[in-house]
Amino acid sequence: MKRTRRVQERAERATMAGEAEHGGNGFNIHPMEQFKVHPLFGDGAVHWYTPTNATLWMLITVLAITLFMVFGTRGRALIPSRGQSAAEVVFGFTRKMVEDVAGKEGAKYFPYILTLFLFILFANVLAIIPTSFAPTSHIAVTAVLAVAVFVTVTVIGFVKHGTHFFNLFWVSSAPTVALRIVLAVIEVISYFVRPVSHSIRLGGNMMAGHAVLKVFAGFAGALGVGAVLPIVAISAIYGLEVLVAFIQAYVFAILTCVYLNDALHPGH
Amino acid sequence: MANDTLGAEVLEHAEAGMPQLDVSIFPNLIFWLIVSIVLLYLILSRVAIPRITSVLAERSDAISSDLEQAQLYKRRAEEAEAAYNAALAKAREEAQKIAADTKAQVGKETAVLLAKADAEIAAKAAESEARIGEIRESAARSVEEVAKETAAEIVAAILPGKKADAAAVDSAVSSRLKG
Repeated sequence: MKRTRRVQERAERATMAGEAEHGGNGFNIHPMEQFKVHPLFGDGAVHWYTPTNATLWMLITVLAITLFMVFGTRGRALIPSRGQSAAEVVFGFTRKMVEDVAGKEGAKYFPYILTLFLFILFANVLAIIPTSFAPTSHIAVTAVLAVAVFVTVTVIGFVKHGTHFFNLFWVSSAPTVALRIVLAVIEVISYFVRPVSHSIRLGGNMMAGHAVLKVFAGFAGALGVGAVLPIVAISAIYGLEVLVAFIQAYVFAILTCVYLNDALHPGH
Repeated sequence: MANDTLGAEVLEHAEAGMPQLDVSIFPNLIFWLIVSIVLLYLILSRVAIPRITSVLAERSDAISSDLEQAQLYKRRAEEAEAAYNAALAKAREEAQKIAADTKAQVGKETAVLLAKADAEIAAKAAESEARIGEIRESAARSVEEVAKETAAEIVAAILPGKKADAAAVDSAVSSRLKG
C-alpha cells in the first residue's frame, strides 16, 4: 500500500511537472509545498532554534494533548464527563496495549509509550486540518522518534539481560549451528532495519497521503465548477487519511511495544 | 539541449518538492521535536497519568466497596427473611396450639352440657312414664269398675229377682280381665 501510494505520488509529480512545462494554464500544483519549513516570524534562515511552522504545530499538538488529557480530566469525577471518559478510554487502551504486548514488566514504560502514541496520534490528526502542518511527515522527526525507541530498547535489553540479550539473535531452536549462524545474521540485519522501517512507515504514509490530497485539490482548483470528481476523490482520500492518521499512530506505538517486549524477554 | 534543461528543471522541481530531504532544516525539526516530546512527557507523567490512575483506582475502589455494601445488605435481608420465617412458623405453631386447646375445651363443655341435657331428658322421660303408668292404672281400674258394674247389671237383667252375688261377679270379671 505504501509502495503503491508512493509510486502514484511519483507519477503525479511527473504529471504535474509535465503540466507545468506546458506553461501556466492553471495546472500549477505544488503538492510538496505544504511540507516546507519556514520561520514563523520574518523571512530569515531556519536555524536550529528558530520558531517555525513545525514548532508551532508541534506545540499545538502538545497543547491539544494537554487539553485532552489534563483539562478534560480536571473534574476527577467518579462518574466521568464526556471529556474525562474519552481521556480514560485512550489511557486504558494504551495501558492495555502495553501490558498485552510487553507484559507486566512493560507497564513501567507505559508513560513513554503513551507520550509517543499521543504525540504521533495528535500530530497526525491535526495535520489533516487544511492549511496545517504535518510534523510526522518529516523523516527527520519520525527518524528521531524511531531511533530514540531503538536506542532505548537496546539499552533496556542490555541492562536487563547483559549478554543474554544476544539470545534475541541466536535462534537456539534451529537444528544446526550453521543454520543458527545464518539466522543470527538475518536477525541482526532485521534488528538494525527496525528503526528505518519504523520511521519511514510513518513519515512516508503521512507525506504520501497529504501530497495526494494536495494534488487532487490542485485538480479541483484547475477544473473550477466542473470539479466534481476531484472533490469526491478528496473527500474519499480525506476519510482514508483520517484512518491512516489513527492507524499509523497505533502501528508506531504497538511496534514500540513489540520491540520493548523483545528487550524485556529476549530469546525465542 | 532542450531535453537537458527540461530534465534539469524536472530534477530541480523534484528536489524543491521534497522538503523532507532538506538537511538544513533537520536541526530545527529535531530540536523542537525534542522540546515538544520532553514537555509532553513531563505533562503526562507528572499530571495526566497520576490523575487518571488515581481516578480509575478510586472508581474501582468505589465499585468494590459498593459491591461489598450490596453484599452486606443482601446478607441482612436474608437474615431478616430467616427471622421473619421463624417468627411466622412460631406464630403458626402457637395458633395451632390455641386452636387445639380451644377445641378441647369446647368439647369438654359440650360433653357437660350434653350430659346435663341427657339427664334432664331422662328425668322428664321417667316422669312421663310414671304419669303414663298412673293414667293407665287408673284407666284400667275404671274399666274394671265399669265392667263389674256392667256385669252386675247384665246379670241382674238376665236373672231378675235373683240377687247376684257381688263377690262372685267381681272375681269372675277380675279373672276374665286378667286372662
